[in-house]
Amino acid sequence: MTGPLLELQGITKRFPGVVANDDVTFSIGPRQIHALLGENGAGKSTLVKIIYGVMHADAGSMRLDGKAYAPANPSDARANGIAMVFQHFSLFEGLTVVENVALGISAALARQGLRERILSVSTAYGLKLDPDRRVGNLSVGERQRVEVVRCLLQGPQLLIMDEPTSVLTPQEVEVLFATLRRLVLEGCSILYISHKLEEIRALCHRATILRGGKVVGDCDPTRETARSLAEMMIGTALSPPRREVGRIGPVRLKVEGLTLSSAEQFGVDLQDVDLDVRAGEIVGLAGVAGNGQAELMQALIGERLADRPTAIQIDGVAVGGRSPSARRALGMCFVPEERLGHGSVPDMSLWENAVLTGRARMNLGSFGFIGVSRAKDFAAKVVAEFAVRTPGVERTARSLSGGNLQKFLVGREMLQLPTVLIAAQPTWGVDAGAAATIHSFLLALANTGTAILIVSQDLDELLAICSRIAVIAGGRLAPARPVDQLTTEQIGRDMGGHGPSRLGREQAHA
Amino acid sequence: MLRLEPRREPAQAMFYLTPFLAIALTLLAGIALFEILREPPLEAMRLIFIKPLTSVRGVAELLVKGTPLILIAIGLAIGFRGGIWNIGAEGQFAIGALSGGAVALAFYPATGWWLLPLMSLAGIAGGAAWAAVPALLRTRFNANEILVSLMLVYVAVLLLSWLVHGPLRDPDGLNFPESRLFQTALPILIDGTRAHIGFLVAVAAVGLAWLLLERHFLGFKIKVLGQAPPAARFGGFSDRRLIWFCFLLSGGCAGLAGLFEAAGPVGQLVPALPAGYGFTAIIVAFLGRLHPVGILFAGLLLALTYIGGETAQIAMSLPSATTAVFQGMFLFFLLAVDVQVNYRLRWVSRRSPPAAARETGERPMSQTAPAHSMEH
Repeated sequence: MTGPLLELQGITKRFPGVVANDDVTFSIGPRQIHALLGENGAGKSTLVKIIYGVMHADAGSMRLDGKAYAPANPSDARANGIAMVFQHFSLFEGLTVVENVALGISAALARQGLRERILSVSTAYGLKLDPDRRVGNLSVGERQRVEVVRCLLQGPQLLIMDEPTSVLTPQEVEVLFATLRRLVLEGCSILYISHKLEEIRALCHRATILRGGKVVGDCDPTRETARSLAEMMIGTALSPPRREVGRIGPVRLKVEGLTLSSAEQFGVDLQDVDLDVRAGEIVGLAGVAGNGQAELMQALIGERLADRPTAIQIDGVAVGGRSPSARRALGMCFVPEERLGHGSVPDMSLWENAVLTGRARMNLGSFGFIGVSRAKDFAAKVVAEFAVRTPGVERTARSLSGGNLQKFLVGREMLQLPTVLIAAQPTWGVDAGAAATIHSFLLALANTGTAILIVSQDLDELLAICSRIAVIAGGRLAPARPVDQLTTEQIGRDMGGHGPSRLGREQAHA
Repeated sequence: MLRLEPRREPAQAMFYLTPFLAIALTLLAGIALFEILREPPLEAMRLIFIKPLTSVRGVAELLVKGTPLILIAIGLAIGFRGGIWNIGAEGQFAIGALSGGAVALAFYPATGWWLLPLMSLAGIAGGAAWAAVPALLRTRFNANEILVSLMLVYVAVLLLSWLVHGPLRDPDGLNFPESRLFQTALPILIDGTRAHIGFLVAVAAVGLAWLLLERHFLGFKIKVLGQAPPAARFGGFSDRRLIWFCFLLSGGCAGLAGLFEAAGPVGQLVPALPAGYGFTAIIVAFLGRLHPVGILFAGLLLALTYIGGETAQIAMSLPSATTAVFQGMFLFFLLAVDVQVNYRLRWVSRRSPPAAARETGERPMSQTAPAHSMEH
């Protein structure tokens, strides 16, 4: 074995008021999957941005293949064989898959035959993709495939992946892992950022743990337990969420025969969806990304109205034809999947984003005027209770890291003490400590009699906190079953199994 | 070579600095222009930008020209904040003058304390009704409001002209295409000048618009709609209602401005009444950063170009296009330097390949806002 592929020596990066990376030193070996672990705000994103040339270190140096390496910008990094899949995808919604791939790679690579190469790479690595579809119509999981394929086309020697599995089913994760392991065999190294400790144990050869911008540990993750890794990351002992079976009350959220054709050209039509969520229970909605979850969320939020008022009922009140605000007034709260731009307004401050959904229930104003101080108090309470790392509630939503924004949005909805809470991917991109906080809040909220519906692709999460799980596939919802009668494999089969999946159906058409 | 790099967050300082930068660049370009024309540049600039401010009459005229600019720009800016593009204020201005003026002519020669308020209401209603057309077509048929509102300007101006040539022509006016002089006029603010109370209304509109945008939930909804349409849907804000509101409001403001112009400095309906205030107000709105207080100052500055242009005509026999040239330069330079808010100008060496300009992943590239508003 030769020397390390990439060495980082004393990397330091300061932002006003915070040291994001403090004297970070570690190295990534050739043909290794190296995990970078840390809580939100530990400095992982900053570090990989420095490696990828998006940011420049204030101090320290890097060596790639033994030669000094200081990328001026991402294309410089790519020219050196470093590729990256970002947590926030950099895709143009209005363009097709081919066009998006062409924009992100060098001009030489983007020449003719790109479509065929995309197809061959995506089939070779089991990442199903239709090159001619518009990215705007793709699910989050499919968008990620576009990013991964784009990177693979460049034949990188180091692939950086920022929380890649948060939107995948167990089977999809297996496919991705197979892809990654195959890449390693072909000589590529991988820098893998994730909060899913089990995955890191299953996949990675080494792990570097960051806390507060500093390296606090370096270990072989296969020799650690998920718990010991989490504790290294947080620096304190963790208590796993406990599912107490509280009193299950009457049905609070009832979906009855909801049929809705999708507004998107390539969307999934909801067909005769039935679902009950009772007071005090957490129901999980599992499914492969793009099987009708987005459409169901829209219908539940009220962004698209149901054809009959009785298709959706809250505490017996038919709300299928009512606006999101009317539903909030009745006690429904929502955490949408896309946090920046949908769940929040990127360039508005946190307190203004608190007003976005909290106005009626939190009484953030009177006579149509906004109660600025009350809104700021509410936002500050969310920040405090959910440990959102931000200098203050005047900061914009865009300035928060993904996980911190997620904590803020989840907190904003939960502190409104809803009677029905519907959350999509509530812990997507959130570290283990924060996920535990969110889970314990969800359980506590359920114990107060709230009916909770969680839409998630993270099966471990659903199995940990839900009492029943329903699987959605091809716009049809199977009846919810109690978790103690279910296994991961079983749910996984249902996800791909009954009813044709979206991609399968399209290919059948083609 | 020079290259633009996206900033991590929009630069707050730049946001407020760029209008001043644009003003400075306009003045420099003006000096260069006069130099080329072989006119004494500093003297010309003094005549255009300083001389009008040295007399009571000049200041009063500033208020006269500033009133319609500010009033219209306030209405437009509220819509612009929501991504609702009413470009047809000029037409709404003409219809406002027409409907308000028609009320006065209908009651002629009767007059009283009630007449001006009634004319004002009619002016607001007329402007709002004209703006309702693009609002209806946009919300019903998803027609592009920019095109519809702009094209209606020409309809409105010709309608005014036709009515003044025909039914509304002064019967004792020797066939001149103009209406009777109104039996009432706006109260004068400064004795011996044309400055009227319309300016106070414009200032009040500035205050109300600030309240609406910064403190009221309706303004909040408009801003959310403008910045993140999916978030507005998530919040449950009806884009149809907001489009209606913004069009009626901006149309009403433009209509009131038109009535003030007719019942104030002009005193009657004439075909040449719409003199471009509705278009200049778009410059005012952007130069004022779509912020009510900014618009107040921007409105007065652009008013100055009108008066200064006249002075330059009289004193230096320059063409009347001077005004338009300066207004155009303001907008041109503002748009040019505004890039600095979201981007940073960097000098980079030639060898790094420019292909990566749109890379970085710093921001999620969901800036397809126009596509959004077209699609739903």
